[in-house]
Amino acid sequence: MSTRLEIVCPAGTPAALEAAVAAGADAVYFGFRDETNARNFPGLNFSPEEAGDAVRRCHDAGVKALIAVNTYVRAGNPEPWQRAVARAVEIGADAVILADLGLAIWAHRQFPQQRLHLSVQASAANPLAIEYFAARTGVRRVVLPRVLTIERIRELTAAVTVETEVFVFGGLCVMAEGRCILSSYVTGRSPNMNGVCSPAEQVRYERDGEVLTTRLATITVNRVSRDEPAGYPTLCKGRYVACGRPSYLFEEPASLSALTMLRELRQAGVTAIKIEGRQRGRAYVARVVGAIRRAVDALARGEELPEEELAALMEGGRSTAGAYDRRWR
Amino acid sequence: MAAGPRLVLAPVLYHWPAGRLRDFYFRIADEAPVDIVHLGEIVCAKRLPRIAQVWDEVTPRLEAAGKAVVRSTLALASEPRDLELVRAVATAGEGIVEANDLSALSLLAGRPHVVGPYVNVYNEMTLAALAEDGAVRVCLPVELPLSAVRTLAACGSAAIEVQIFGRMPLALSARCYHARSRGRSRDSCHYACGEDADGMAVATLDGQPFLAVNGLQTLSFAYLEASHHLATLSEAGVSFFRLQPQTVDMVAVARVYRQLLDHALEPGAARARLAQICHGIAFADGYLDGGPGMMDGSRNPRTGRG
Repeated sequence: MSTRLEIVCPAGTPAALEAAVAAGADAVYFGFRDETNARNFPGLNFSPEEAGDAVRRCHDAGVKALIAVNTYVRAGNPEPWQRAVARAVEIGADAVILADLGLAIWAHRQFPQQRLHLSVQASAANPLAIEYFAARTGVRRVVLPRVLTIERIRELTAAVTVETEVFVFGGLCVMAEGRCILSSYVTGRSPNMNGVCSPAEQVRYERDGEVLTTRLATITVNRVSRDEPAGYPTLCKGRYVACGRPSYLFEEPASLSALTMLRELRQAGVTAIKIEGRQRGRAYVARVVGAIRRAVDALARGEELPEEELAALMEGGRSTAGAYDRRWR
Repeated sequence: MAAGPRLVLAPVLYHWPAGRLRDFYFRIADEAPVDIVHLGEIVCAKRLPRIAQVWDEVTPRLEAAGKAVVRSTLALASEPRDLELVRAVATAGEGIVEANDLSALSLLAGRPHVVGPYVNVYNEMTLAALAEDGAVRVCLPVELPLSAVRTLAACGSAAIEVQIFGRMPLALSARCYHARSRGRSRDSCHYACGEDADGMAVATLDGQPFLAVNGLQTLSFAYLEASHHLATLSEAGVSFFRLQPQTVDMVAVARVYRQLLDHALEPGAARARLAQICHGIAFADGYLDGGPGMMDGSRNPRTGRG
């Protein structure tokens, strides 16, 4: 495999987009400022006008602009999602990233020339599922859910007619993406329906002397002493009691880093690697994209990966290769 | 099959021993007033060799008792053995099959089939696409509020089913949390999931019951109990009502809902009887009200309902 991995970078704001482009992104993905995308956080994302400017800025720099419309369409109210797809097409997005089967079929019928990608939120985890989507919606690339080992990614990529893209860095969904409603069970709002997970407006931090308790709505997610990291109370990273023992039952407050696996991922035939983090600021985006750019270029030249530089990206936090490593499961 | 509202028994999600599963379904066949029984391993293909023979043993008795038997497929297929299982179930014989992921849908397209609650059907565009492929009945995800259920039931393209009883499926993962709780990995799980017949209870650090772990699956600890919504769901056009098997007396549970659907019981009385049958376990129905799924609007009727 001689082709270079395409680096797909997050942009939650025009400033982050600028940073990603400057740091060497091959493609930037972003969404509109509403519930049509899976990072529907206050103060993030792009107005229809800003999105147009962003696509132009990307194209001027030779970078692809991918627009995520990757939540599930609300029953009885498809217009915001259809409008988002139409606007993305109108401003020249290189691809629209979709999760909802019905919306993707609609988009393919309305805009047969438009390139579509299948969002990780569609949870297409095997060749049959991917081909099911491809046959009905013409998707050209699938972002793989974080449930597969590298071996499975290799087999799957060889078995399907579309390109594959995998997450390599940033937040880690412990559950299969698009198949988790823990957030709405507790808060009434979920990634699939609202584009949010464990929403910030329902988070509370309560300090009692040396002890910090983190809560999401009515649920105590964790309790830590002063010298422990508290972490954001995402439900799947909480500490709970099972069999009489408190533990991080699902996952420690760790993030994903598969950067030392870039060579294997390229050999497995994946087309693109994705960085999570549309909620991140421009300094973070610049630093992470820059380091991954240098790693991918080193790989393409047949050189060693700059492992120290990649390790430094974790800011001392815990990281895991997640499901890419068979032992994780 | 009787006309009017039907009771559907969902597949047992837990890893019960073959003998227990067999006895459970024999009793369902003989005593439970359910119209349709779904059989199959939904959660983990590793369990299958230990229970595979049960489905063929119980099917004749269920069918002789007048129940329609539907085979259900795995909800998350990522390993080759998972896909083999999906393929085996989806392509065996002429019977109706319930698809719980897109790989099963791809195999069932073009013939009549059922779509299970693990497929993301949130709106009428997706429902229409599935109906076009042959879906005759669609069990909606538990997350959907009544307003969405109403919109989808009004489409008329496929019969709509809603879960009304039992733990709510909340998440699936590549990782086995039962194995992890014992310090093992999925590959060396020693079937830890078999030790918890109703799921492994998970509480918050404050001791509040919260979740139930079932191998790769995470469920609500509370049982969904939607007695108070049944009339509204029926009026909206929902015609199939799903009961999720738990370790409680499911024959008694089915009888309560049957009486409720036959207007032989009031919702309040049904709720009281179910609370006895379920030994006081917490109930929840918040998703139908459009709020957090763990809330119980029927106990605190501040949310208003139609």
